[in-house]
Amino acid sequence: MAHTPRTHRLSTPVSPGALGELSIGDIVYLDGVIYTGREGLYRRVVDEGMAPPVDLGALSNVNFHCSPAASVGEDGSLNLGAVTATASFRFSRFMERFFELSGAKVIVGKGGMSEADYRELFVPNGAVYLTTVGYGTGALLGRGVTRVQAAHWLEELGIAQAVWVLEVSRFGPLLVESDLAGNSLFERENRATADAVERAYAGLKPPSLSRYGETVSRGDEVL
Amino acid sequence: MSEIARETLREAASEIMARAAIEIPRDYRDGIRGMLEREQHELSRFVLEAMLENWEAAEADRRAMCADTGVPRFYVKAGNEARPEGGFVALEEAVRSATAEATRTVPLRPNRVHPLWRTDHDNNVGINAPEIEYSFEPDADWIELTTVHKGGLFGTDYRMLFPADGMDGIKRFFLDTLVQFGRRGLACQPAIVGIGLGGSKDTSMTLGKQAACLRPVGEPNPDPGIAKLEAELKELGNNIGMGPMGFVGSSMVIDCHVEVGYTHTGGMPMSVHCFCLSSRRATARVHAGGEVEYRSDPRWFTPYMRRETVGWRTPLARTA
Repeated sequence: MAHTPRTHRLSTPVSPGALGELSIGDIVYLDGVIYTGREGLYRRVVDEGMAPPVDLGALSNVNFHCSPAASVGEDGSLNLGAVTATASFRFSRFMERFFELSGAKVIVGKGGMSEADYRELFVPNGAVYLTTVGYGTGALLGRGVTRVQAAHWLEELGIAQAVWVLEVSRFGPLLVESDLAGNSLFERENRATADAVERAYAGLKPPSLSRYGETVSRGDEVL
Repeated sequence: MSEIARETLREAASEIMARAAIEIPRDYRDGIRGMLEREQHELSRFVLEAMLENWEAAEADRRAMCADTGVPRFYVKAGNEARPEGGFVALEEAVRSATAEATRTVPLRPNRVHPLWRTDHDNNVGINAPEIEYSFEPDADWIELTTVHKGGLFGTDYRMLFPADGMDGIKRFFLDTLVQFGRRGLACQPAIVGIGLGGSKDTSMTLGKQAACLRPVGEPNPDPGIAKLEAELKELGNNIGMGPMGFVGSSMVIDCHVEVGYTHTGGMPMSVHCFCLSSRRATARVHAGGEVEYRSDPRWFTPYMRRETVGWRTPLARTA
């Protein structure tokens, strides 16, 4: 069952040994360099086969599913305020190829992915998933950014989808959602809440008109 | 009668954009502190404590509390005697200008893009963006601007229920929405859960969103029957064993607000909306003389808005 959570400070690039120390539910703070990436980056490099705007593997092995609250000055200066993750489940279809081309070992995001994704995509690549907390602790994470190195593809993808390269110090808190064995904190908690959820529905009669998804198949009527 | 200056409205709109993004409303923060006193589970407590720390950091740094600054929108309540300089076309331009400015200066995340072409002006302004909804107030010469920054992806659902579904139907759909978006914390709970009941289906969506975003924690519906339903739903939502981020816990619904509209005799449309751990709202009352008062309670649902009669008489006259 749940062990007592530990707190880790990890420096990038995060070593396999350090990743091996992580258990689901542990608290993590990051130091070093991380880069943002979401559908804008993934569509380009995975679907369209474009070269990344920078050698991602040389930069860091931490990819953050994020777009910052930021603005660009007329002189091109980058003004970054709060930083919050975006929901990761939408990106699972990109991850197999993305792990190959980026060498990423740590994905930081919101809400995690499925345990099946961890077993099939993360474990073979020696990668873990860290979830942001809340959501979202945008001001705390913003404080953890000490410098913006670059915002790649700013023109092409816009502020929200650009690839932001961030120097970070005590960037967190983050929680270990998946470990190197592919365990998932969220799925553990889902299983732990399942019975209470069922009890809440007890005695409530179903509505007179159903919806697809509540029936066995689309061949059934909703009445 | 003096006009309300266009520039005063623009400045007030810009100021509430910053306040909404940075300052957690006190009613919401106090509500979370209350939940923390009752929350027994370590992971859920960890999340709530991190959020309290986050709000302090946001205010100390004058930094947005959450980087997903949602899809900013405005609610305008105009006194019946209020006259904005240049009319309402100028007021809308002031609001759009303030949105673009605040997006750059706070900064906010420029979330708004064209739904098909993904065209991005990097300023949260575009076709039908920001939305501006209106209401009116008798015997007043001020204009109130409220902005709400609410995320737009998860935590909301709509369903056509029927009278025979009754309270069971309402409770089930409430639970469906909380559970489907509560897992993994996609709804960013504990949330102010707003419920729109009745009206036409678009009305039920509009009322539910306003119930979530425009009523403070701790303010029940003035109809005692509806207030009782709100309390029951809140209790139900906090007893599904789920807390923030979908972790085991008891902190799911910080408050439940129900708003109603007269509906089709055969139906009972219902919508559910979750206003998140960064419940961002701020209001400015701009007086005809140019003074501006700021607050976090929009006071949107007035007796006039909830009126049932053809004409409007003051509540005092109604009870006489």
